[in-house]
Amino acid sequence: MGEPVKPRRRFRQKSVIPGFGITLGYTLTCLGLIVLLPLATLVVRASGLGLSGIWEVATDPRVFSALRISFGVSLLAALTASVFGGIVAWVLTRYDFPGRKFADAVVDLPFALPTAVAGIALASLYAPNGLVGEQLAKFGIEVAYTPVGIFIAMVFIGLPFAVRTVQPLIAEIDKEVEEASAILGASRVATLTKVVLPPLIPAVLTGFALAFARGVGEYGSIIFIAGNLPYVSEIAPLLIVIKLSEFDYAGASAIAVIMLAISFVTLLAINLIQAWSRRRFGYV
Amino acid sequence: MSEALAQGPFASAHGETVRPPASVVTERPLVRWLLIAVALIFLGLFLVLPLFTVFAQALAKGWTAYLAAFSEPDAQAAIRLTLIVAAIAVPFNLVFGVAAAWAIAKFEFRGKNLLVTLIDLPFSVSPVVSGLIYVLVFGSRGLFGPYLLDHDIQIIFAIPGIVLATIFVTFPFVARQLIPLMQEQGTTEEEAALTLGASGWHAFRTVTLPNIRWGLLYSVLLCNARAMGEFGAVSVVSGHIRGLTNTLPLHVEILYNEYNFVASFAVASLLAGLALVTLAIKSVLEWRYADDIAAGARRH
Repeated sequence: MGEPVKPRRRFRQKSVIPGFGITLGYTLTCLGLIVLLPLATLVVRASGLGLSGIWEVATDPRVFSALRISFGVSLLAALTASVFGGIVAWVLTRYDFPGRKFADAVVDLPFALPTAVAGIALASLYAPNGLVGEQLAKFGIEVAYTPVGIFIAMVFIGLPFAVRTVQPLIAEIDKEVEEASAILGASRVATLTKVVLPPLIPAVLTGFALAFARGVGEYGSIIFIAGNLPYVSEIAPLLIVIKLSEFDYAGASAIAVIMLAISFVTLLAINLIQAWSRRRFGYV
Repeated sequence: MSEALAQGPFASAHGETVRPPASVVTERPLVRWLLIAVALIFLGLFLVLPLFTVFAQALAKGWTAYLAAFSEPDAQAAIRLTLIVAAIAVPFNLVFGVAAAWAIAKFEFRGKNLLVTLIDLPFSVSPVVSGLIYVLVFGSRGLFGPYLLDHDIQIIFAIPGIVLATIFVTFPFVARQLIPLMQEQGTTEEEAALTLGASGWHAFRTVTLPNIRWGLLYSVLLCNARAMGEFGAVSVVSGHIRGLTNTLPLHVEILYNEYNFVASFAVASLLAGLALVTLAIKSVLEWRYADDIAAGARRH
């Protein structure tokens, strides 16, 4: 991008285009006031507790169980979303069938539908007397007010991430490579598993990580269906809300910092996956 | 290679017959239809059914009950507040996004990647944490708490807090969309305009803006949907004061918790309608102006 770096390094390269100072200044001011200052306040507030203080909050049985539920269920939900998201992405890009465009548009629904609306809709569907809940109850499966409910809400909100990160890569697969593989005698299954799928792995992992991060932080679509029983179906974000309503700012900050730290590790993992993918396959 | 394939079945080195291209590069029809069925059932069960439920439940007791939900003063106050919040947050992020994209896409400077990462930060923060950080800054026991108390300024549990939290969660929307788009378009057209004597502002309005208008509209649309529908962050800073600090999503929650399901789903159907309109316009923009919305084929 742009010209190579000049021998004498300066902050910015010369350009005839005006407005650098004012737009960058405005950007930095907004970023600082809206994003960085509040986030820094959180970090300062939590570091006031010290590592031992944060550890103490994290190992409190109720907090620990909420964190375990949030991360554990989100992991399972992201896995499910990745598998089905992969199938959906494949079907939407590779096959032609009536209603394909509609199905493609529907995938983005969780991005557009407010989480509270999704939350009450899922809760009423999966309640013991709901449309789906009633059927599942016949098989002895309880969804509402159990971790299964949390799982369903997390799959709902994670799905578009899983589909949309993989879809553009499937669209760009070079069909000649598949043809070559087939002509050289590979079965369709061999072509898929040895030629088509490996380059998709980084995108699948990225989608998985995005869905996971979103699931861990999700609040609105979960609280209605989860029932929020402590130690059973209480998620970490809800516990932050509870601590805040008790004016326990320190406790809320500690949980928030733990969640932030894990999201950053996830983000870092995504970046590493993409860097690796660039080296291995030459694209992200 | 494609010429050879066009000649139809031919023998490979092992003497087996190789099928023509159409069947070589796709699955057998049975597998194909099975995968389509799995995908459609999954989408139907997880995405379409909840959406359908919202409208079905809202109309469960007929149109009169449905419409009654909107004649309530609290519901009208919630609609008003949601519109006010979006009317402040969306233009703010529009201006920010264009300014940030201009600085980042049209100039080369050090620390650019870090800046882009920082702008993206709100996407990876839980909505609840997004609300919490503003409570820590402006709450009664927060950073500026004592100062605000002395000057009788209320931010948390009031409209300013809701607006700030909404701006935070929608912060990256416009910038994120415009940066790659403007990077791809480069600077030559603007340079030409400037060489011909246009002022910077004039070049932006007549050259840059027409180039990015569809991408801009696209991102504003998504930003607005999120701004009007934000629940977690707003819930933390709002204080849930009926008729005063209740946005539409919060009103949905209150009605639902009061077992007033018809009214709750009626208000929710308003937001679901907004989501559907957003999706419809978004899809049309994507089909028509794909190249004008996103840079290249890939966005990540």
